[in-house]
Amino acid sequence: MHNIDWKKELKQSTLAALWFIFLTFPLMVMKVAIIQGQATITWRWYNVPVVAVTFFILSFVWRYMLERRNFTQKKESKDILGKLLAQPKYSRPAIIALAVFLLAFPFAFSMYQTNVMISVLIYIILGLGLNIVVGYGGLLHLGYAAFYAMGAYSYGLFFTYMGPKFIEWGINTGLMFWIAIPAAAILSLVFGFIVCLPVIRLRGDYLAIVTLAFGEITRMFLQNEGQITLGPSGVSQIPRPWLLGMKITPVFAAKYVYFIALVLVIISIKVVKNLEDSKIGRAWEAMRDDDIAAQSMGIDLTRAKLASFAVGALWAGFAGVLLAAKTTFINPESFTLWESIIILCVVVLGGMGSIPGVIVGSVLMIMLPEYFRSFAEYRMLIFGLALVLMMIFRQGGIIPRKRKQHTFEVEGEGAVK
Amino acid sequence: MEYFIQLFMSGTVKGSIYALIALGYAMVYGIIQLINFAHGEIYMIGAFTALIIGATMASAGVPTGLVLVVALISAMVWAAAYGVTLEKIAYKPLRNSPRLSALISAIGMSIFLQNYVLLAQTSNFVPYPNWVPQFAFLEDIKGILNSNQFFILLTTAVVMVLFTLMIRYTKMGKAMRATAQDKAMAQLVGINVNQVISVTFVLGSVTAALGGVLICSYMGQINYYIGFIAGIKAFVAAVLGGIGSIPGAVLGSFVLGWTESLGAGYLSSDYEDAFAFVILIIILLVRPSGLLGKKEIKKV
Amino acid sequence: MKPILDVKDMSMVFGGLRAVDKVNIHIDKGEIVALIGPNGAGKTTFFNCITGVYTPTEGEILISRSDNSGDQKKINGLKPNVINNMGLARTFQNIRLFSSMTVLENVMIGRHHALKSSILGSIFRVKSTREEEERLIHESYGILKKIGLEKFVNEQAQNLPYGAQRRLEIARAMATDPFLLLLDEPAAGMNPQETRELVDTINFIRDEENITILLIEHDMSLVMTLSERIYVVDYGQLIAEGAPEEIKANPDVIKAYLGE
Ligand SMILES: Nc1ncnc2c1ncn2[C@@H]1O[C@H](COP(=O)(O)OP(=O)(O)OP(=O)(O)O)[C@@H](O)[C@H]1O
Ligand SMILES: [Mg+2]
Repeated sequence: MHNIDWKKELKQSTLAALWFIFLTFPLMVMKVAIIQGQATITWRWYNVPVVAVTFFILSFVWRYMLERRNFTQKKESKDILGKLLAQPKYSRPAIIALAVFLLAFPFAFSMYQTNVMISVLIYIILGLGLNIVVGYGGLLHLGYAAFYAMGAYSYGLFFTYMGPKFIEWGINTGLMFWIAIPAAAILSLVFGFIVCLPVIRLRGDYLAIVTLAFGEITRMFLQNEGQITLGPSGVSQIPRPWLLGMKITPVFAAKYVYFIALVLVIISIKVVKNLEDSKIGRAWEAMRDDDIAAQSMGIDLTRAKLASFAVGALWAGFAGVLLAAKTTFINPESFTLWESIIILCVVVLGGMGSIPGVIVGSVLMIMLPEYFRSFAEYRMLIFGLALVLMMIFRQGGIIPRKRKQHTFEVEGEGAVK
Repeated sequence: MEYFIQLFMSGTVKGSIYALIALGYAMVYGIIQLINFAHGEIYMIGAFTALIIGATMASAGVPTGLVLVVALISAMVWAAAYGVTLEKIAYKPLRNSPRLSALISAIGMSIFLQNYVLLAQTSNFVPYPNWVPQFAFLEDIKGILNSNQFFILLTTAVVMVLFTLMIRYTKMGKAMRATAQDKAMAQLVGINVNQVISVTFVLGSVTAALGGVLICSYMGQINYYIGFIAGIKAFVAAVLGGIGSIPGAVLGSFVLGWTESLGAGYLSSDYEDAFAFVILIIILLVRPSGLLGKKEIKKV
Repeated sequence: MKPILDVKDMSMVFGGLRAVDKVNIHIDKGEIVALIGPNGAGKTTFFNCITGVYTPTEGEILISRSDNSGDQKKINGLKPNVINNMGLARTFQNIRLFSSMTVLENVMIGRHHALKSSILGSIFRVKSTREEEERLIHESYGILKKIGLEKFVNEQAQNLPYGAQRRLEIARAMATDPFLLLLDEPAAGMNPQETRELVDTINFIRDEENITILLIEHDMSLVMTLSERIYVVDYGQLIAEGAPEEIKANPDVIKAYLGE
């Protein structure tokens, strides 16, 4: 890079530091508590130097990063790990090691850890589903949690209303899980289709707010229609799946659910991969890149959008049933707008349109806050910041989408690429 | 009938607050086609700043009238400062990126600012003192319109008038309209687009902060989360009216305020928040570009 | 024989602006026709109306794919994808490729209409889907080869040189199996060498692929060498029509370009 004008840089950093001292002064330095109408102000002067030094330094970093971004834009980022893993010499042992790790996990670690891992797996499924809508279709969906709720409540309410009948008929309730899985997926799919039918004509931003609206309406319905949905207290004592007609202990059931989730994740990855290079998958990506061009090339946008919403919703249905089976308890609070946003974070941070990205995104979003409890209160702060920085400096996410490469035999020249 | 008038008035007051916030959404959208998701947080930060500065002054024995003035001014100053900084950090570097990227950045900023206030202050509700003067002439109709409500209506009316005059007649107003129509063209004829964008954020933040202080004085409490809900509602209002259209945002706000009040009063108060979303969906189904939004044909 | 494209008194009004004003144009099978006119004359708007991106305010657009007469279809107001499926394909003046996808994938999108596999078939990747994909890849590669883009096959569209991007627009449009290809300023931004190659490509498309061509272009030497007939528009109105020689000599055209 060119010469650095230190005088100018120092001046800019100093100005930034001063500006942020001013900006954060009331909120960071003063703290107000009002007890019985009496205000007490705590002065936290120590925050002034902290802010000053932090922003003095950050200002340098920021400018440096922006400059670097402008220089290296469009150039492929070096992806050493990806290149290494592309060779079978390295990829095969890596896959075997991963498989062993995943299979041994519930036996090697505690039930708590297993449950954390189940959460990760559930988020992978959610992420893969939302990725179809946001990553491939480019449609900002802010109400995805509603479909997740659809899945969870399908199972929960199925148990509430049919559980006694099953007992009466002498059928074990552990079977209900296996009925709920396909039923919930289909219900979510149909739900996704019906909900999107009327709003599909709306332009991008309108679509975002309408999906948000729809998600909130669903949650309020769950909360307020207690006669149907059991209201804010939710559904409890949902049965875990039984193994071969035997009721199993919670510890064992956790392992069992873990493996079911793992299998579902593997199936989901395979299916999403299949979709990715298929007629409909390409149509989604074309629609995302340029909707007018896509339409002019013969793609029916209405159909493509409907398909992406419906197929996306399907995965939320699976994930919902898994959640209910894992926690045995669900209530509307689990399906707020924040839930939708967290799933969105999984997709965006991992890498929109990228399957490995979704996996890494889920691991980070779920594991980091679990294992860094001391950071718990900073969790959302960091997520928020990460979203912004990711958009500015690495739009493709942690593991950006890789395009499929093809080789062709050319007479006389051998293979092209 | 009295019940209806009561509901109508409270709807009007709500609508006024939504309008003060929705202006910011509409303006920013008009100029950079971005849903400024973090706008609600600016409103909350304005109100919080007013609380901190105001409470400090009040406990030092400053008379209430002065406290109100200084609190309002500091709310506006800091809200504007946050608004401009927000734009410089989170949106400006993304001006040439896909719309989705800027929108996600905005969502990130919203999450960040909420949690920043949560950590810097508190996660609990804090009582909000009422510095608004109590008008004697409203004593008789207190049930329908109290002093706080009156003050909100008055402020909104004044802001709207000033705003309209500014957009119509000042040089900056004209520059803003030009930029909204065609950014590249505006730049060509010598308009400083960066400056216009900054001013847009300043104006939007200032009106939102005013709304924040007024509604918190009225409701008597505040926490870090109020901006999010109010922001979403105001945003719904802006979309209802036709996003990007300033008169549309104001109209949408009142429609929303009335729907909520009357719906909660006559139908079901459990669903007060849901009415906003239901009416949004209904209106967009009938008029996909909102009440006053122009059906623009995208240039290809 | 009916013209394959017959536009009758078509207008497109934006607010107070008549961007296209009662234009009549017809194109016969196998022609190369040019549509020229000064900046802002309404040429691109004309294309947008024909291809369904805009719905024209008035007038009729008729197409007839086969040459046996009487088989005309009115296409105003149909969606772009429907019109594309009927055999009209276009390129865009301000390049609109699927920028994050590879060159091959861009062409594969063009063949969208030719694919039969259903969503379920794709989800389970059944045998017929696999075979279809395999065929698709080879067909698409074949189209790239015809247009001379095979060396970029795995590149991302946005990383292509400008001239190649324009050619990719043509390849993608060709992939939709059109009988009429509408090219909006295909030579814009190309160097003389690239322009010469483009002339060959366009001739090849018409002669070997039997695709009729209507093109908008500002490069007059290209227009004069390529086209058999020329339409001239100014301020939305058709001001002249004829063979290149006639157009060159037409005083109205000269006036429109010199702008008095
Ligand atoms: N969607 C639209 N809304 C409003 N006006 C439009 C729209 N599209 C085009 N116009 C106007 O219509 C007129 C014709 O534009 P058009 O793009 O068709 O011109 P053109 O002949 O293609 O010019 P050029 O040679 O520069 O490409 C212009 O004045 C343009 O501003
Ligand atoms: Mg044009």
